[in-house]
Amino acid sequence: MSIDLQTVKKIASLSRISVTEDEAQAMVPELNNILGFVEQLGEVDVTGVEPMTAVIPNTLRLRDDVVTDGNVREKVLANAPQAEQGFFAVPKVIE
Amino acid sequence: MTNLTDLTVAEIRDGFRAGDFTAREVAEGFNANVAAAKALNAFIVKTPEHALAAADAADAARTSGDLKPLSGVPIGMKDLFCTNGVQTTAASHILEGFVPTYESTVSGKLWDAGAGMLGKLNLDQFAMGSSNETSYFGNVISPWKRNDGGNAALAPGGSSGGSASAISARLCPAATGTDTGGSIRQPAAFVGISGIKPTYGRCSRWGVVAFASSLDQAGPMARTVRDNAIMLEAMAGFDPKDSTSLDLPVPAWEQSLSSDLKGKRIGIPKEYRVDSMPAEIDALWEKGIAFLNDAGAEIVEVSLPHTRYALPAYYIIAPAEASSNLARYDGVRFGQRELPDGAGLQDMYAATRAAGFGPEVKRRVMIGTYVLSAGYYDAYYTQAQKVRTLISRDFDRAWESCDLLLAPTAPSAAFALGEKQADPLAMYLNDVFTVPASLAGLPAMSVPGGLDAQGLPLGLQIIGKALDEQGVLNAALAIEERAGFTARPEKWW
Repeated sequence: MSIDLQTVKKIASLSRISVTEDEAQAMVPELNNILGFVEQLGEVDVTGVEPMTAVIPNTLRLRDDVVTDGNVREKVLANAPQAEQGFFAVPKVIE
Repeated sequence: MTNLTDLTVAEIRDGFRAGDFTAREVAEGFNANVAAAKALNAFIVKTPEHALAAADAADAARTSGDLKPLSGVPIGMKDLFCTNGVQTTAASHILEGFVPTYESTVSGKLWDAGAGMLGKLNLDQFAMGSSNETSYFGNVISPWKRNDGGNAALAPGGSSGGSASAISARLCPAATGTDTGGSIRQPAAFVGISGIKPTYGRCSRWGVVAFASSLDQAGPMARTVRDNAIMLEAMAGFDPKDSTSLDLPVPAWEQSLSSDLKGKRIGIPKEYRVDSMPAEIDALWEKGIAFLNDAGAEIVEVSLPHTRYALPAYYIIAPAEASSNLARYDGVRFGQRELPDGAGLQDMYAATRAAGFGPEVKRRVMIGTYVLSAGYYDAYYTQAQKVRTLISRDFDRAWESCDLLLAPTAPSAAFALGEKQADPLAMYLNDVFTVPASLAGLPAMSVPGGLDAQGLPLGLQIIGKALDEQGVLNAALAIEERAGFTARPEKWW
C-alpha cells in the first residue's frame, strides 16, 4: 500500500486539517514510512481471534437518565471563542 | 538545616507532622526552585499562590489536628489534567488560553488529600511524543548532562517530560504523569526517578485531556517507590464520571510495601532481548535479575510471542483513537479559532486545526483518520485490535508460570534533543518495551537501575498482573534498595 499526494490531501480533508501543497508533499514519505511499518501486522494469523474492545474486564454501568448538573450556561460558554446571547457563534452555514 | 527541597514526599509529610518545619517553608522552598529553573522549561504555568494557600491550610490543620494524607506536600501537575481556574493546554496552541471551569477527578483528589500545586508541567503536545520536543511551549530540557565533556541538551523523555525534569531537578517532590504507551515510565527512566502506570481503570480519566482512551492512564512520578505508593493511593479510586473506571476499593499500598520477594516468580520475557540492544542495557537487565534473586525471588524465562507486533498495533490503535478524540478541537466551544476572510464553517475547522496542532499531532490524527477510513478499517484497525487480543493473551499465559515480569524500561539512555526528531519512526521505537503492557492495560513501573558509561540513568521495568500494583511496587522496592541509586544531576540551570 502506498499513499500518494492525492490520498494525503483526501486524508487531510477528512481530518479537517488544511494543508499547503508543500506540507502535503512532505507528508507523503512520512505517512508511507509509518504505514509501511504497521503493515507487518498483516503477517499475524488472527483466525478466530476477537478484536479487543475492553482491555480490563469491566461492566458498562448505566445511570439514571436525569440531569446531574445543569444551569451552568456561563461556565459552558466561558471558553467560547465567540458567544452571543447565550449561544456558541459560528460562521454562517447556510447562504 | 536540611534542604527541604531534597526531601521525599514521605519525609516532607512526616517531618511536617512532627513539627520539624512548616508547610509554608516547604512550599516557599519549592516555589523558589521553580522560579530559578526557567532554563529547564519544565513548567508552562507556575502557581506559587496555590502551593502557598495549600501550605497555609496545612499549617492551620496541624494545630487543629485535621491533617490529610498529603498535607504539607506541594506537587507538580502535568498540563494534561484540567485544573479549575488554571490554564490547561496539553502543551498545544489550540488550547492556549483555555481555563477549565471544572477540576479533573485525579487533580481534585490530590487537592482533597491536602496537596498544593506548584504549577502546570510541560509535556509533549497532547501527550504525543517520547522526547518532549513537540510542545508548543518549547522543549523541556533534562537536568542531566553526559559526562563526556560535551554540553548537549538531553531529552527528559516523553510525554511526561516536564514532570520528570522537575522532579529530578528538585522543583517538586512528586508530580502526576499520564501513560498511553510509556509516557510515565520512559521519562522516569531517562532522569533517574520512579513512576508507575497503574492498571487501566484505577485512576479516573475524567477531566484528563484525552489522547487514546483505551490506553490512557494517569499515575504518579516521584523519586522513591514509597512516594509513588503514597501518591497513587491519593489519585486512584472509583469515579462514576468515567465509564471505564474500576469500581474497586483502593488498597493501602504504602502500608503493605515489602521488598521480601520469597515465593515470587519473576519472568524474563525472552522476546525483549532485541538484536540491536546496547550491551549496557543488557548488563542492566542482568543486574536487575540479580537484585530480584537476592530479594528471594525465583527467576524464570517466559515467552511473549507477539511482542514484536505490539509497536505496530499501538501505532494504529493510538492514532485511531486520537483522531476521534481530537475531533472536538474545532474552534467552536473552546480554544483558538482561525477564521479566514469569507470562510464558512468547514473552512474554519480546517484552518483552526491547521494552525492549532503541531506537526506530530497532525501526523497522528491523519494516520488515525486513514486507518479508520472506509476500505481500510478492517485491514488496519480491526487487525490491530485482534493483535491486541493476542498480546494480552501472551501475558495471561505468562502469568501461568510467573507473578511479575522484569525488563528494561527503554532501549537506551536519554538521547540528545534533536537527535531523533527527523525520523518519526526511530522515535516511535523508543517505546518498544513499554507499549506491550499498555496494550494489555497492566500495571507497570520504572525504577532506576544504575548509570550508563556516560553517567546517564537507566531504568528497569516491572510489569504485573492486572490489579497487582502491590506486587509491582514491592519488586520495584527490592530493586531500589539494592541498586542504591543516589545519583542526581549537577545543578547548571
